[in-house]
This record gives sequence, C-alpha cells and structure tokens, in this order.
Amino acid sequence: MPRLTATQRHSVRFRLNGHPVEGSAEPRMQLADFLRHELGATGTHVGCEHGVCGACTVLVDGMLTRSCLTLAVQVDGCDVRTVEGLAPERGRLSVLQAAFRRHHGLQCGFCTPGVLMSLDRYLSTNPNPTEDQLRELLSGHLCRCTGYTPIIRAAMEAAATLASSTRQEDSTHV
Amino acid sequence: MKPAAFDYVRADTLDEALAVLAAEGGDARIIAGGQSLMAMLNMRLARPKVLVDIMRIGDLDRIAEERGRIVVGAGVRQAKLLAWSELAAKLPLVALALPWTGHEQTRSRGTICGSVAHADPSAETPLCLIALEGEVHLRSARRRRVVAAGDFITGMMNTARQDDEMIEAVSFPIRAGNGYGFREVARRHGDFAITACAAIASANGIRLAVAGVADKPEVRNWPDLDGSALDDALNAFAYELDARDDIHATARYRRDLVRQIGREVIMEARRCRA
Repeated sequence: MPRLTATQRHSVRFRLNGHPVEGSAEPRMQLADFLRHELGATGTHVGCEHGVCGACTVLVDGMLTRSCLTLAVQVDGCDVRTVEGLAPERGRLSVLQAAFRRHHGLQCGFCTPGVLMSLDRYLSTNPNPTEDQLRELLSGHLCRCTGYTPIIRAAMEAAATLASSTRQEDSTHV
Repeated sequence: MKPAAFDYVRADTLDEALAVLAAEGGDARIIAGGQSLMAMLNMRLARPKVLVDIMRIGDLDRIAEERGRIVVGAGVRQAKLLAWSELAAKLPLVALALPWTGHEQTRSRGTICGSVAHADPSAETPLCLIALEGEVHLRSARRRRVVAAGDFITGMMNTARQDDEMIEAVSFPIRAGNGYGFREVARRHGDFAITACAAIASANGIRLAVAGVADKPEVRNWPDLDGSALDDALNAFAYELDARDDIHATARYRRDLVRQIGREVIMEARRCRA
C-alpha cells in the first residue's frame, strides 16, 4: 500500500494515446495540469475546475473522465486518451474532426477538445445516435460560441459517414 | 482552483483503507470516483490531510442480490449500475432516476456510494435510497453497522458516518408489484435538481420523496389520495419542506414544483402498479 507524501513529487507513468509517458506530480496535482504542464500535451483545456464545463474531458481506461476531477496519481498505470490522439496521422483529421470543420462545429475552440472526446467515445459504442441522445450527451459540455446546433450537425454527419464506411467494409468482407 | 496538499494512499485491500481511517480519523477522506469530492478539494471546501483511494480494491466493485436486496459496493460506478441488465426489473426507480444523475461524462467515474456519502440535498441517489427504504452498510476497523438511509443522512452534506468509518456498500430492498415514478427539474439535464420527486405506489398507498428543497430528501406516506385530498396533502408537504429562495429558483417556484411534479410522479407510479 504505497503512501505518497503531500510535499514530494512522485513518479507517474501511464500510456498517453498509445505511448508510454512519465512525469512527476504531487498527490494534489490534477490530471489536466499533469497533461498540460508535465507532459506538454496542451490539447486538453482547463475551464471551470469543478467538473461542470467539460473542456478537460479525456478517456481513462475507456471511461469518459473529467481530468480536473481526477488526480494524476490516480491514473498511474492507466490508458489515457486525449484529443491529440484522435487524428489518424499528422496532417489528417478524423471523420469527426473533419465534420466539425465542415459544419463550423467550433469557433473559439476552447470547449472542442472535450466535446470531441465525448462524441468520439459515444459514436464508437452508439453508431446510430438520435439527435436527442447527442443533445443529452452534450449536456455535459458548455459551449459559448456555437449554440450547439453546428456541433450536432457535425456529429450526425460523422455518425452517418462512419456507419456507411462500416457497411462498405462489411460488404467487401463478404 | 487547486486542492491544498494532502498525502495519497492507494489501498489494495479494505483492511488497509480502514487502518488509515482508524489512524487518521477526520483528517482522512475516502476517494472513489471523485466526482463530488474532487470539486470540493479544488474549491478547498474540503482539506483532508490524507486521501485514501479505494478504487483498486477489487472486492468493492460488486453488484449482488442478497436476501431480497440489491447490494451495491463502494467501488460500483454509476455507469456500471445503469448498464446492469437487471436494473429495470429489480430496481425500477433507480433505473428511472440514474440517467438524471450528473452527465454521461461524470456517471462514468462517479460511484453510487460516493453520492450517498456526499449527501447533496438535490442528489438523485440518496433520494432513491431513502424513498426505497434502503440501508447504508458502514465499516470501520472496530465494527460493522447498518443504518437506515433515512437516518444516515442527517442534513445538507451531513451524515451519521463516524470519522473512522467508510461506506462499504448500500442496499436497496426489492419490492415486486410496486409502481414507480421519477421526475426532476434542473436548468440543464444532469445539473443539480432544483426539485426532484420520486413516487412509489404500493398496495398500502403512496410514498413521495422530494430532493432539492429541504436540506435532505424528505418523505411522506399517504393512503391512495385523489382529487382535492391529494392536492391538499401535496400543498401541505410543499410548505413543510421550508423551501428557500436562492440564485436558481424562488421558494414559491420550488413549492409549485413539489405540487406539480409530485402529482405527476404519483399518477405515473399508480399507472405502473401491478
């Protein structure tokens, strides 16, 4: 049973977007700050710091997670995914990201990393979402630019694109 | 804001967690999903000297049926209970209320027992536990005890938990044949309820529980009232809750919600009664 003392920095290791990373943190350090300040992964944004705005949402072991309501030391050994991991390769956007660009799903972009993580996770398990379901999912995010409508439009289009590409893959396998 | 400094203990067994609580008492806090406690730490409304993380204790992540009750361990996340295939059959009220608990992004981490331990007056899980006459299973290095949910929550974010105790599990009795209704009003789906109502219609009559108005969930039991008798009972209950004005709603609006959605959930529960 390790006891990590308050005033010292302790080694924290986990996988970030598939790659092993390591840094050091006092027990009180939020995962959001660890990502940004220790690892330089500034794609994750920090808004309200009490779990309401959703800007800092990431995936920890497949679970949507507010990285401001999670300590860095809690995710030692876990699998962490952030917005930096969404694009399939450098210079290419994911289907969801491309749909956001096409539909102006972002303006200032502050909320976008969290919104993308939520939608990416949701669409991976719910390939045919209704608009109501997406609106309920987005209730966990605050966006002050878009009024959400273009975000919904982008997500619905991404869902349709992903579903049709899955169907095509299925038919080629027949 | 950032939390004040604390030690962090990752407990591998329940005994280890209880030993820290026995040694540190009120200076220690259990952290499970962290969806309430972390916000309190960030705002420095809570300043424990040591946090005890119980999420790597495998035994606590358990949903089980035992002697006519559903037992939910301290490690069970809200999303896990919501996804449990038997939830709607065994605990219909919880199946109705849990989608209103926070957001998809917080239910994925937050635990059922953590919500009970936090005892926010507007929270859905304590409301359901009290409405269903559930129990809180407490454990310390010295002893185990079981407290009725209605006695466990003593006020706003106040509970009967002693400093050296932790919630090991909560349990909900299974009652076949009852009808249930749940509804709440909040500014945004998943936000703190301005008012939440849960109704149970049984062979004995109706039971209405209300959160978000008084400093803890309050309950009334009535026979099968109808018409103006039901209106009168709801009106009296609404006033007895001693609603206050705050930034979100006036006391009068809250009383109105108790009367309106209280009636709706009672009717819904009756329609579902076997």
